[in-house]
This record gives sequence, C-alpha cells and structure tokens, in this order.
Amino acid sequence: MAAITRAEVEHLARLARLELTEGEIDHYAEQLSAIVDAVARVSEVAAQDIPPTSHPIPVTNTFRPDVVRPGVDRDEIAAGAPAWEDDRFRVPRILGES
Amino acid sequence: MAPVMDSDLVRQSAATLSAAMQAGEVTSVQVTEACLARIEEVDDKVHAFLHVDRETALATAADIDTRRAAGAELGPLAGIPLALKDVFTMRGVPTTCGSRILADWRPPYDSTVVERLRAAGVVILGKTNMDEFAMGSSTEHSGYGPTHNPWDLERIPGGSGGGSSAALAAFEAPLAMGTDTGGSIRQPAAVTGTVGVKPTYGGVSRYGLVALASSLDQAGPCARTVLDAALLHEVIAGHDPRDSTSIDAPVPDVVAAARSGDVRGMRIGLVRELGGEGYQQGVRQRFDEAVAILTDLGADVVEVSCPNFEYALGAYYLILPAEASSNLARFDGMRYGLRAGDDGDASVEEVMSRTREAGFGAEVKRRIMLGTYSLSSGYYDAYYGQAQKVRTLIARDFAAAFEQVDVLVSPTTPTTAFRLGEKLDDPLAMYLNDIATIPVNLAGNCAMSVPVGLSPEDGLPVGLQIMAPALGDDRLYRVGSALEAALVDRWGHVLTEEVPAL
Repeated sequence: MAAITRAEVEHLARLARLELTEGEIDHYAEQLSAIVDAVARVSEVAAQDIPPTSHPIPVTNTFRPDVVRPGVDRDEIAAGAPAWEDDRFRVPRILGES
Repeated sequence: MAPVMDSDLVRQSAATLSAAMQAGEVTSVQVTEACLARIEEVDDKVHAFLHVDRETALATAADIDTRRAAGAELGPLAGIPLALKDVFTMRGVPTTCGSRILADWRPPYDSTVVERLRAAGVVILGKTNMDEFAMGSSTEHSGYGPTHNPWDLERIPGGSGGGSSAALAAFEAPLAMGTDTGGSIRQPAAVTGTVGVKPTYGGVSRYGLVALASSLDQAGPCARTVLDAALLHEVIAGHDPRDSTSIDAPVPDVVAAARSGDVRGMRIGLVRELGGEGYQQGVRQRFDEAVAILTDLGADVVEVSCPNFEYALGAYYLILPAEASSNLARFDGMRYGLRAGDDGDASVEEVMSRTREAGFGAEVKRRIMLGTYSLSSGYYDAYYGQAQKVRTLIARDFAAAFEQVDVLVSPTTPTTAFRLGEKLDDPLAMYLNDIATIPVNLAGNCAMSVPVGLSPEDGLPVGLQIMAPALGDDRLYRVGSALEAALVDRWGHVLTEEVPAL
C-alpha cells in the first residue's frame, strides 16, 4: 500500500538531519513501508466529527509565581558542552557556499 | 541484629527493611553495602546497571544512619536503596538514556523525581540500563548492550525499563524507578515477576526526564511487592510547578490502599479485546486463575468490551514517533552530548547530521523518520490527525467501561520473556509486546502489573494488568495487594523467591 521509496527515505533523513549510509537507506525503505502499512489501519475508524485528542488530561492556563530561582551552574554547562570557547558554545560555521 | 537480616538482606522488601531500620536491627549502610556487594557479584551476568555510584550511595546511607541515631523524623523509605532508570537526570551523575549520543553527559540539575527521592532519604545506587531513549521492549536497543533477565539470562528483561526490572529480580535493589510511555514499566515488570505501576498521566512530575513522547511519558515505581511500590509512589507523586502537565490535586492514598487489599464488592471488568487470540496459552491460564481468585475474594467480575483498543497500536506508533522526532531534535551536537565530524570545514547542518547518524541507534533513527513522515504535509491528516481521533475513541471506551466497573484487568503482555535477538530487527514483532499496555498511555489513566505465577510451558513469569480511571491509582493498589496476598498465601513467598540462583 504505502510503499516508502528510497528517495522518500533520503528526503526524510535530510529533514531529520540523519546522514544515513546507502545500506541504511535500503533497509529503512523496506521497514518503514511495512510499519506504515500496519499503522495505517487508524484511517479505518474515526469519522470526521470525532475531535482529536492531543493531551490525555487537559490542563489549561498553567502558571507559577514569577519569583527568582537559582539557574543551572554555568561551569557545569560548559563542562557538558562538546566545544566551549571564550565562555560560549563553539559551533561549526552557520553560513557558507553550500 | 535480628537473624532474618544479614545474608538475606538483599531479598527483603523495602517495608521490611524500613521496619528493621526503625527498630535499630540494621543500618542503612549495612543494607546499602549488601546491595552493592550483590551488584558486584551478579551484574556481570545481568547488566542491569550502566553506572554505580558507590561513594555517594554509602555517604547518603551513613548520613541517614546518623540522622536516625540522632532521633530525626525520617520517612518510611529513608535509607532504602533504589536503582534509578537512566532517563532521570541526576546532577553530576552520568545520564545517558541508553544512548551513545549522551555517553559522557553529566546533567547540571536534578529531575524532580530525584529531588524527591533525595529529600525522602532514599539511597540511589546508580543508573539502570534501558532501550535507547526508552524506545523498545527488550533493552536490546540500548547503546551499551542488553540487560539479561535473571529468570533466564538468555532472555529479555523487558523494556524499555529492563535494567530496573532486572535489578529487582536479581536482588540488586529492593526498589527501582521507571518511566512508562507505552508499557516500559509494566511489560518489564510482567516478564521479571515484579510489580510496576504507571501512575495517572501528570501524577508524577516529568521535569528532568529525557523526553520521549511528552503526552504519553509518565514516571512510576517498580518493586518486588505491591506495598513497596505504594511507598515509592507516595514519595515521588504530587504536583510540581516545574511540569505544566502536572496535576494539582492530592495524591490518592496508595499506601492505605495497598495495606487494605480489600476487593469485596469491587466491580472488575475483563477486557474482551485483550487476552484472546495471540496470547500465549500459559499466560491465559495464569490470568484466568488470578481472575478466579479475585472472584473468590468477593469481587464482581464481568466482561467489558473496548472495541477501539484494536486501533491503539496503530495510533500509538503514529503519535509516539511524531512526538519523539520533535523531542529528539534537541540532540544536535551543539550544546551537550556527542559532536561528530566537526572538522573545521563542515557546516553546522552537516555536523548535526553526522552527529545524529553516529550517536543514534537503529530503532531511534527508524522512529525519528517515521515521526517525520507522519508529520509531513500531505500525510498529516491521514496519519497523525487520524491517530489523534483514535485516541479520543480509546478514551471514550475507557470512560464507558468505567461507568460499569471500578477497574479493568488483562494480561500485561501477550507472551512471557522472549529470547534475546529473537525480535531485534523485526520492529513490528517488537511493537506487539505493548499491545495491552498502550491503551492506558493514550488515554492517560493509570495501570499496574502484578505477578500471577509462572507459565507452565516455559517456567517464566506472567503479569496481570490492572487499569483504573485517571486519579484512581489507589484502586490499582487495592486489587494488586489483594491478589498478591492470596498468591503469597498459596506459594508461601513472593514470586521472585523462585528466581534461579545466578
């Protein structure tokens, strides 16, 4: 039914920021098609007038008092960063030719 | 020191240990030492733990002993050791969530659950193994190798919380913490002969949990007895202003319910759609026997139909990957965790893609792509939108059922523990393990798995699931403890006493 092609897997991987190998692309194309086929049964039920549920226990307007609380320790955050320079996260280039 | 203690220390329930500590018969340091020695002795075979924090555990235990000796008022779980699933952040202690992408990460803050455990004086022994980002039913998707079921080391301990369930069944800890998004507390409990509870959604704070699917995730207690689970439930539950989905209402009196264990006059519904075809013969047999016990104890058992439950698995595997693909976008290699391929030339997008490729395992990638697919334009209405409607239908099935009965019951899992490797690269077969546990997560109500014996075919544990309405958590404990008491009476001990020597 809902066959997911190699090209679609490559597209999904790009959207999801996953640099898949060629082997993975083939494997996932097959597996994702099978999974989507299996879960597509949801379209059999649930007529138009059924409201969707996004949250099981609806809670609205959740506020807390606006009081000062200690934040997390800067040095601990730095220690957990993959690259840290001049008191900042060092990141790869954001702009470029590509 | 009383004779019951000493070498048997690790086999005692938290409630027994607590009473012994209060009576001055044993210290928290002794109990903690016993658990650490047991971990040392058996964890090479079981691999329940990813990290053991010996020094901190002993320091906490010593502190509790000192305070107790000084006459301080301490809660019932003060000084009791606990195994913490690696999904909970704990300040300064490795928190990997079973993923290589967080291999060396030490969180700069405590989750609310950890904060409450610390405040209650609970001794946290270390972090337990799990399927990567809680995606799985066997721990085989852990980035650090699988956990082995203490009942049979060739078999899975359940998942995602298989490290926590195995730690209990291997007597490495009397208490453990889990999280349950589609069955990750209850299914491991069922296949290891232990007790696991998924509280009402919002009953326990999610602050500081590494998120899988935020509208489904719920933390809960794991133990070898129903009362121990209740004692832990009481410590961790309750409103938390740091979790906007936390319920601002009193926690049901689960400890009193566990102590009462009275089901006379309770109306119990058998879910017609959970338990027939596809369920192992021995699972059905033990389940039927347990139901007969409940009838004997004075409960009024009737059959109930929840016709939309058959669509739950499909809805779940659209909603969960959708939420997971969004939640896991935070693992981008920029602020914490792994960074791969940052050669000074690659762009930020390339580094993100290489990091995620290198850091995520196969199941995580599968679900991220599945979620990305179901949320993409053109498919959104057909898949994600439909799944959300099915969610409404399932909640309506529960609502209708709870007009007729107080609780629902079913087998927790269709089969006993399967062999490691058996379903590893067969995602659909793996997903079917959660067929009976998923409806509760979709509707947000609460459920428990309690052991009801060993399946005659393979001698492996069978779990019975009890489901109650939202904020009816105390009903789980009433039914669970009634059943447990009757079975202990019959067997002469709790089921985990039959775990073979490791």
